[in-house]
Amino acid sequence: MSFLPYLVAVWICLVGLWGIVTSRHLMHSIVCLSVVQSSTYVLLLAVGYRRDSAAPVFVDIPFGTPAVDPVVQALTLTDVVVGGAVTALLLAIAVQIEKHLETLDPDELDPLRD
Amino acid sequence: MSVVQLVALVVVAVGAWATVAAREPVRQTVVVSLYGLTLGILFFTFQAPDVALSNIVIGAVALPTMILLAIAKTKH
Amino acid sequence: MEDPPRRPGELSFRGRVRLFLGGAAVLGALLLWGLAGLPDYRSFTPLYGQLVNKDAISERSTTAVVTAVNFDYRGFDTLGEEFILFAAVLVLALLLRRLADERRGPLADSPRRVHTTSALVRLTALGLVGPTVLLAVYITAHGHLTPGGGFQGGVIAATALLLVFLGSDYEHVQRLRPKPLVETAKAGGALAFVLIGLAGLIVSGAFLENFLPLGHPGDLVSAGTIPLLSLAVGIEVSGGFVLLLSDFLTQLLVLHRKPDR
Repeated sequence: MSFLPYLVAVWICLVGLWGIVTSRHLMHSIVCLSVVQSSTYVLLLAVGYRRDSAAPVFVDIPFGTPAVDPVVQALTLTDVVVGGAVTALLLAIAVQIEKHLETLDPDELDPLRD
Repeated sequence: MSVVQLVALVVVAVGAWATVAAREPVRQTVVVSLYGLTLGILFFTFQAPDVALSNIVIGAVALPTMILLAIAKTKH
Repeated sequence: MEDPPRRPGELSFRGRVRLFLGGAAVLGALLLWGLAGLPDYRSFTPLYGQLVNKDAISERSTTAVVTAVNFDYRGFDTLGEEFILFAAVLVLALLLRRLADERRGPLADSPRRVHTTSALVRLTALGLVGPTVLLAVYITAHGHLTPGGGFQGGVIAATALLLVFLGSDYEHVQRLRPKPLVETAKAGGALAFVLIGLAGLIVSGAFLENFLPLGHPGDLVSAGTIPLLSLAVGIEVSGGFVLLLSDFLTQLLVLHRKPDR
């Protein structure tokens, strides 16, 4: 049971990759990409967690109470915000693709066509 | 591991599968918004309130908005 | 002129699925094998985190250690992340600009115009704008005391603009976000972060060194440069996300292909 967070992280990553590979719509594959990103958040937070520890905020608990790791939380939180902006960028690219090539099906998007 | 964490992990795993299995983009947007919410709850059970806050705001509000706007633009 | 060449040896859908399943099995096995080497997730915390938890309060007078890590201990990484956001929004604004074969049409002609929604929706959305902005300012300002900080507060502020759109029309959104102001805010936030870092370099000899008086942990004015950096990031993130949302809205509602295309 203690392996479950890691198992879930790997599961989410593989499920997201499956979604990208079998996707028939570019927007669907972009969302699946953000699902793959979320698997890394789960993994990072699982690494930093400690049994019976509090959150690393010491406003109302005495200093020195055992707390979970704040460094991985800092990494994950900037990751979430910036990942959202990059996904928006991918969506803009998809919008432009649709304008010029009239299709959003990855199978019909030929990279060699001019 | 507490029961809350166990349940949250299982719900997140199911949510990831549901997000991928929703093939139609508009439907998938709603599911991804819910998935962001379940992830936020999971982060709370892992004692990470900062991360939960930013995930809820981005993954459940800002991102689905932009996805919907992009989908609306491409459907004409 | 000859036809564009077909890609030789293109996989069928089922071939692609089979290839993926094989690859995913190998990837999954390798990942699980690697993760099995980690100690039990409940009993192990990285050493750096433990040291930070022990010393951050006395060293930096903050009570929210995550924000301290973001803007002080690992401030340099945050600078990089902030610039990734800046670059992403920049490229997005470039991609969604008015192209040569598009024109800005009047809103009334747009087939996508949202017609008047019910009064209840408008009231609720507009009524929530004020509290949302207040929440954003609170979370940004108290980032070094309670969970929060510039990143979260900035995105919440951008969400307030979304509420304005839901509760009223596109024209009001346009009026509320004059483009020069938003772009100045975004660039100014990024610049302020670098300038505060440089000031640390000049005053104390290290880039992003925390050089302002530290105060007492738990006060609103404490922790030196951390709330200032948090504010800079908040302004930049909110400017960036406002630009993102409004560029998408403009693309959808106002820009149309010229009819002779």
